[in-house]
Amino acid sequence: MRVALFPTCLVDQFWPSVGVATVRVLRRVGCEVMFDEQLTCCGQPAFNTGYREEAARVAGPVVDRLDAMGVDAVVVPSGSCGAMFRHLTEVFPSGPRADRARAVASMTHELSSFLVDVLGRTDVGGRFDGRVTWHDGCHGLRELSIHSAPRRLIADVEGAELVEMGSADSCCGFGGTFSVKYPEISVAMLDAKLEKLPNADVRAVVSGDVSCLMQIGGRLSRLGSPVKALHLAELLAGSEGAS
Amino acid sequence: MNEMRPDTFDENAKAALQDEVLRGALTKATGLFGERRTAAVEEVPDWEPLRERARQVKEEVLAHLDEYLPRFVMNAERQGIVVHWARDAKEACQVVVDLATARGVKTVVKSKSMTTEEIHLNAALEREAVEPVETDLGEWIIQLAGETPSHIIVPAIHKTKRQVAELFTEKIGIPATDDEKELTRCARDVLRARFAEADMGISGANFAIAETGSILLLENEGNIRLTTSLPRFHLAVLGIEKIIPTLADLAAFLRLLPRSGTGQHLTSYQSILSGPRRDGDTEGPEEVHVLLLDNGRSRMLRERVTRQSLACIRCGACLNACPVYQQVGGHAYGSVYPGPIGAIITPQLSGLHKAAQLPYASSLCGACRQVCPVKIDIPELLLHLRHRIASGEGLPGSDVPGRPLLERFGFKLWAWAMRGPRRYRIANRLLRWLAPLRVGPVRAWTAARDLRPPAKRTFRDAWRDGIEDPS
Repeated sequence: MRVALFPTCLVDQFWPSVGVATVRVLRRVGCEVMFDEQLTCCGQPAFNTGYREEAARVAGPVVDRLDAMGVDAVVVPSGSCGAMFRHLTEVFPSGPRADRARAVASMTHELSSFLVDVLGRTDVGGRFDGRVTWHDGCHGLRELSIHSAPRRLIADVEGAELVEMGSADSCCGFGGTFSVKYPEISVAMLDAKLEKLPNADVRAVVSGDVSCLMQIGGRLSRLGSPVKALHLAELLAGSEGAS
Repeated sequence: MNEMRPDTFDENAKAALQDEVLRGALTKATGLFGERRTAAVEEVPDWEPLRERARQVKEEVLAHLDEYLPRFVMNAERQGIVVHWARDAKEACQVVVDLATARGVKTVVKSKSMTTEEIHLNAALEREAVEPVETDLGEWIIQLAGETPSHIIVPAIHKTKRQVAELFTEKIGIPATDDEKELTRCARDVLRARFAEADMGISGANFAIAETGSILLLENEGNIRLTTSLPRFHLAVLGIEKIIPTLADLAAFLRLLPRSGTGQHLTSYQSILSGPRRDGDTEGPEEVHVLLLDNGRSRMLRERVTRQSLACIRCGACLNACPVYQQVGGHAYGSVYPGPIGAIITPQLSGLHKAAQLPYASSLCGACRQVCPVKIDIPELLLHLRHRIASGEGLPGSDVPGRPLLERFGFKLWAWAMRGPRRYRIANRLLRWLAPLRVGPVRAWTAARDLRPPAKRTFRDAWRDGIEDPS
């Protein structure tokens, strides 16, 4: 299957190892992975802050390019950006781009959902030594209904044990520009979530979104916690420590 | 507390975050209501179809309010109910004050009503030397404390039992106790005496039924029964969106509302009121009036996306589910309607410029949409309001708020940089250079969190060099 990787701007700029890990996992399950430098950002930061024109200006060329690549699917290592692709039909409600946006939205999948729901794979050959807990990113969970896919993937990672944190589905407080508009509330939300981290020797909080992981990891690091923030792709690629 | 305004949300929230007692009370109460709701909802196998049904009923009414409102009025009048209209809060208060003073009313007993909070009715009555007495326990507590409600259905959710006990000792002179049964008994004694002396009862309404001209009220304490039946004059104040077409339509709402709000299967009391006492009746008010309030609601009808705001049945589930509300509580929103529903309703009722912060007071996590019994897409509305602020368009028939110029410039620059590979590379270098300076957003981020440094080698660098599979 020919898939285009939309790495997301945050992965590209802050956490490139997640993009590399995604490529490796996709190749391991037999995909031919394509990428194009025109694939910058889905426009979500602007769209979610109210700047729809700016979102359209950024997402437009991305939609055009993805449509022209002639791939079978677009894979995004983020539930949040994956959900934004669905909102692109609101960004481009009419005109020639509306059709393209609809076409691209319908073939775009978040990574875990692509592996489990589209390809039917749960064992992708990852290895990890120790316990991890899972954080449900809000948009993946509530807009794309991603719940069991990442858990099944983790369960099949050799050596990894999933310990649920009780507050897995509560928001980490990131929320895009919310995290810097209301930093105190944002951190208070995260601290309330982290209070419910399992005591059992958990080595990492794993999630499907780099945005949540920058929030969670940034706080854990500030608090001097040994618990790491790890993207699902890194766990599946067995490239732990590459971050 | 009363000075909090929606345009000072930022400061209000920061103050709330420092209040450990408040946060403890909030965590406990929202957690409890959340768990009860989940348990009550899980018992209903057809929960999703019920939500869909309720939403359809509301959409039908809101799309044809011009037909349903007159039908309600006609049938209410046929039952002997006198109907009044008010365009805004000022007009509404004037109607109520005139009705009260014309009848020589000295004391009004009130049952909990967010609509009367919205129009600040108590203050208007007090100015005319009419004493309003709140009779819902939570409302009475905050009235004694001189505060405003911080939750739609649990007005004193921010108060601990201990704070209530101290308040009772101070205001009604009871001996110190922390036994909630004793506290409730004392409140009942005081309130029973006030019921007996009241000349007028003021209530809200959960639903108004067009087909019969009746209103429906839900409660747990019995105070609404007393408010609406004991005094000789009963007035119900309700927003024009409270109409539903038929009695049969109530079925869905009666199952949805208590489960969503308090996690109950049904509230303890459900009263359908259909006019004043008739010949031969031994009880009930001699006069029943209804006041229908617009106060910005008809503006919300103009667009599909904003119209759904009026589907709200005020259950409070979105407050309990909201991670922002859980941290800062209701008062921070500086408005009668707090939490996610408040963040979309307040700017529409009071004007975007007066509450421009509220649509941004959300991480867009979507927990509110998930629990809403009438499927209001609150995140969609938050995004809509943000767009109307950022674009400077404002809302139809309403004001145009000032545009956040610096932010606007920032997004214009961002949009330029994200268009095309070459500009994007320049942006990456700029980001790496700017991040360590810790100004603006980076400063806000790093106050309590470490920032992952921007990568020297981006993903596209790695792709260009070729990604090898590890051997």
